[in-house]
Amino acid sequence: MVHKVIVETTINGDPVELLCEPRQSLLEVLRDELDLTGSKEGCLTGDCGACTVIVDGRAVCSCLMLGAEAAGKHITTVEGLANGATLHVLQQKFLEHASLQCGICTPGFLMSAKALLDHNPNPTEGEIRYALAGNLCRCTGYDKIVKAVVDAARHGVGASQHGKVPTESTAEVTRDILEREKR
Amino acid sequence: MHAINYESPKTIDEAVKLLAAHGEKARPLSGGTDLLIQLRAGTRRPDFVVDIKHIADLCKISFSAQHGLSLGAAVPCLEIHENPHLRRHYPGLTEAAHLIGSLQIQSRATVGGNLCNGSPAADTTPALIALGAMARIAGPGGERTVPVEGFCLSPGRTVLKPGELLVEFQIPAPAKYSSDAYLRFIPRNEMDIAVVGVGVALTLDPANDHVVAARIALGAVGPTPIFATQAVQALVGKKLDDAAIANAGTLAIAAATPIDDMRGTAEYRRHVVGVLTRRALAIAATRAKASA
Amino acid sequence: MAASTNGTEYKIIGTRPIRHDGVDKVTGRAKYGADYTFPGMLFGKVLRSPHAHALIKSINTEKARALPGVKAIVTSADLPKLADKMEAAGEQAINLNHLSMNILARGKVLYDGHAVAAVAATSGHIADEALRLIEVEYEVLPPVMLVDDAMKPGAPILLDSLRNKEDGPDQQTNVAAHMQFKRGDVNEGFKQADYIIEREFKTAMVHQGYIEPHNAVGIYNADGHATIYCSTQGTFVVRSLTAAVLGISEGKIKVVPAEIGGGFGGKTTVYLEPLSVLLSKLTGSPVKLTMTRAEVLRATGPTSGSTIRCKMGATKDGMLVAGQCWLAYEAGAFPGSPVGAGAMTILSPYNIPNILVDAYDVVVNRPKTAAYRAPGASNAAMASETVVDELAEKCGLDPIEFRLKNASHDGTPQTVGPPFKKIGMIETLEAIKNSEHYKSKLTGPNRGRGVASGFWFNVGLQSSATINVHTDGTVSVVIGSVDIGGTRAAQAMIAAEVLGVDINDVRPVVADTDSIGHTDVTGGSRTCFATGWAVYEAAQDIVRQLKERAAKLWEKKPEEVVFANGMLSPASGNGVKPMSLKELAPRLARTGGPIVGRATINARGVGPAFATTLVDLEVDPDTGKVQILRVTVAQDVGKAIHPAYVEGQMQGGTAQGIGWALNEEYFYDDKGILRNTGLLDYRMPTCLDLPAMETIMVEVPTPGHPLGVRGVGEVPIVPPPAAVANAIYRATGVRMLELPMSPPRLLKAMLKKRAASDSQAAAAD
Repeated sequence: MVHKVIVETTINGDPVELLCEPRQSLLEVLRDELDLTGSKEGCLTGDCGACTVIVDGRAVCSCLMLGAEAAGKHITTVEGLANGATLHVLQQKFLEHASLQCGICTPGFLMSAKALLDHNPNPTEGEIRYALAGNLCRCTGYDKIVKAVVDAARHGVGASQHGKVPTESTAEVTRDILEREKR
Repeated sequence: MHAINYESPKTIDEAVKLLAAHGEKARPLSGGTDLLIQLRAGTRRPDFVVDIKHIADLCKISFSAQHGLSLGAAVPCLEIHENPHLRRHYPGLTEAAHLIGSLQIQSRATVGGNLCNGSPAADTTPALIALGAMARIAGPGGERTVPVEGFCLSPGRTVLKPGELLVEFQIPAPAKYSSDAYLRFIPRNEMDIAVVGVGVALTLDPANDHVVAARIALGAVGPTPIFATQAVQALVGKKLDDAAIANAGTLAIAAATPIDDMRGTAEYRRHVVGVLTRRALAIAATRAKASA
Repeated sequence: MAASTNGTEYKIIGTRPIRHDGVDKVTGRAKYGADYTFPGMLFGKVLRSPHAHALIKSINTEKARALPGVKAIVTSADLPKLADKMEAAGEQAINLNHLSMNILARGKVLYDGHAVAAVAATSGHIADEALRLIEVEYEVLPPVMLVDDAMKPGAPILLDSLRNKEDGPDQQTNVAAHMQFKRGDVNEGFKQADYIIEREFKTAMVHQGYIEPHNAVGIYNADGHATIYCSTQGTFVVRSLTAAVLGISEGKIKVVPAEIGGGFGGKTTVYLEPLSVLLSKLTGSPVKLTMTRAEVLRATGPTSGSTIRCKMGATKDGMLVAGQCWLAYEAGAFPGSPVGAGAMTILSPYNIPNILVDAYDVVVNRPKTAAYRAPGASNAAMASETVVDELAEKCGLDPIEFRLKNASHDGTPQTVGPPFKKIGMIETLEAIKNSEHYKSKLTGPNRGRGVASGFWFNVGLQSSATINVHTDGTVSVVIGSVDIGGTRAAQAMIAAEVLGVDINDVRPVVADTDSIGHTDVTGGSRTCFATGWAVYEAAQDIVRQLKERAAKLWEKKPEEVVFANGMLSPASGNGVKPMSLKELAPRLARTGGPIVGRATINARGVGPAFATTLVDLEVDPDTGKVQILRVTVAQDVGKAIHPAYVEGQMQGGTAQGIGWALNEEYFYDDKGILRNTGLLDYRMPTCLDLPAMETIMVEVPTPGHPLGVRGVGEVPIVPPPAAVANAIYRATGVRMLELPMSPPRLLKAMLKKRAASDSQAAAAD
């Protein structure tokens, strides 16, 4: 006989106590038990990043973590990104730059970008592209997503903390990639 | 997915007891980035999933220049890459840890899980073999230590017996003028499984550029990761010039036994083994010279 | 701020407002199909064939039914058997019998992943476990996976009743159709040619790759009415196809459009929707089905792999004189590949006096193909644009100059139909030629620059629009076109422009099938063209009524009221203060009641699209891996309503085209089993694989359309594979004739070339 487990966790700043089956992933728990459907299911294998949430400061695929493993953790989902009715600078920049088309990948990209900027408020374009490489977008070709994150770092998160403007051309990013392969 | 039980022991003893009690019906859960996929696909159907991340000893990194590195089996890859000591002394290992999947995967995936999953394409395994890492295993009958190159038996199978748990890796302190490197080939720039992976570690004599010690390991070109001993023997005692590097590449190709699959043809993989071995040796040599 | 086309000044069109559904989509509030739940809802899962080709001898569901929590199981025995009748489904017609057989296999499975049974249970996990308990006895048959094999005499036959006109009623076949298109006399044409290039190309089957798997929630009511919530490109297609498959009348089904997580053509048909209604009917509960990624790859989409032979001839001075093409496309398990479109697009960018094109639609043991962004055109352009590049080189001409000499323009005959009207092929070439990118020097070893052009028809079809004027002067624009990439904003902008109201005073609404008139799929690059046209006309209907109301207030005749710059005023001024919609709206009750504007359209005069793409890349000479360094795409966009989303279409199409060029492909083993059923090994580009995407929007308005709109969604995917191939040639000297140009394939070709030149050098010594 398999028993359900009680999980005490913190989600978007609020303490949550929930009951789930051990086989339920964190993604299932968020979506099916807590009705937090902002985290999306795209692949269930950790390859698309649509289910990305932040667990104790790190971006993770919520499809590859059991709900039971959330015990004692601090979890942030896309629903917890805005400050009340005020959008997070990343959300605002995604809207301004038309960074979403269908929008299914957007929550995952926002959470990966937030995890990046929380650790590194002034990333280069190469660092941004690396940090977002675990999130697939099929609509945009990534151009407007990357620009939004660069802009958010420059005028939002990064600017307020350091005032340093990250500058890097695409040619430099590409060079970085080529170097990485050949080194 | 079938129904499972979830356990999260706090000590190695408790974990071993649980694993021993349930035998083949239990599976340790580390980062879960392979296990959850296997549970969903039904390729593994354990009744008990034993989360080992609450065992403090398995989550520790301890490094000293004298004793080398003890790396807990459940340390996530991102933590390895973020550790400045490890980045400095074992750059190849930290690169390998930083190549696995995305940052989301690296936040969860562990080197121990990477090895125990038994995939020949595991990125960190060739890097560990190159460093001469030993795997410390706890079990109902006590502890034992196995060289990493002897850990995998066939795809998905390892030396771990029911009830046994991989606890940590012991990696020797880096010698003077030594370093390591890991390179893998994938069709995209991120997110793929290695088509070929090559880990090398080198110790040089700075006076004459001769190779004092070397280890080369290959991933994804055989049923298990391969320790390319002949390529290594041909290097030791020789001056590390282009000819020696090219020869090592050729001998590494000879050690590879790849197959054709959706990730690459056998022919292609053999060619790339040579390319990456040469490139990785050159990188490790540059690092070794700069290490003192 | 203000943009202009043909001297028309716009206040809103051409600007970049924030999309109206944006906040919902960045906060996680937007509801996609899988996000819907209802009290008592059950979860459905589909059992799929593990064989590529097999007879179903028996299906035993007894053990599965006994599993606690299992509520219903259905097989094709629960669906009515349908006649071979063609039904319009958006851009293409579908054979209803085949559609039904694709939803649940009838007696025979035709591909790995073919649906065999469906289960409804109290949880997804229980439904999954139930699938393992269904016992299906198969008699495995040899599969046929490639068009070349399927066309051979004696090939395994997929569909016993399939016939084609040429082989006659007695001959079983896998060739569903042969089409031929000709103009002039190709033999005479080739006689005039100084240079002739003939090549054979192979392209792999690829998937649309939308990030959101298919989903549907079906709710069947005791009164015989059903409601479906799903992510689809066309609610009306879902309604008609579901009704047909279940044998119930269309009017008994309401389809509610959920937000949609990508489609690219792949969500213009039905897979789960009929099953959700059927399972709901059997259980009396709402039933939700969602696919896994493996199901998406095994059983939905893809677009055809193909074999294409392309022969073209040019005179020394670089004039194309003849083109002859032979195309065979994988239809998948049932007829209906886009080979016809491939055949009609392959030579369209050029004015060639003599052409002959043969096209074959061939069934193979792979999933039934679905539309994918300019269906069939990318395969075709890979062939023709590579051959054009070779001919340009033979003639000693710059590839853009060669294309300019031969480019289609106003009056050039099309492969089928009347000559082109105003089109922008030349303009896209000029735009690339004049770009900073093209003028810049590409330096460094192993690097190359390639160019290619592409053509797509675009479609018109039917749309409806309603505009409601609210008492506070805001308006809601109600449409039936699902918003897949920002089209709500564009529709709102068109209404705001016509009505002279603020863009934020317009609320665009995508309505369900009961609440708006028939509207065809969001596909064929038609939404801004056709639905936008309907919105434009509905807004004009509002303007007409506003004039009537103002006339009433001013005691004038409606024709004596002028509406300009958002203001109503009497034609002859007599001191009356002009009035905006916002000012008039509160007074509607006193002038005759609410105002609703309406328009429907069956849009004609669609403007075809052209694009030219420029690619710089570097090849790793040791591994054959390609890194894209720089991309610029120039496209004739007619009139960009919301330029940011037009750029987005250009960038996204280019990214998909690059994925198709380099790494995307279906890997089947020798038994016809798909090996890469996940996004790890179905390799779509990540953001580290692509550079910034530069776009040049060329605006050549479509004649006849009130705003000059031209469909923009599809054509950008057409040129990239050939542009990449041409750049690889410049970088390595190797002409790649097969997609994808993956590292193993490219390295092999490079090593072969090196070996050949080494042996030549040795011989010369």
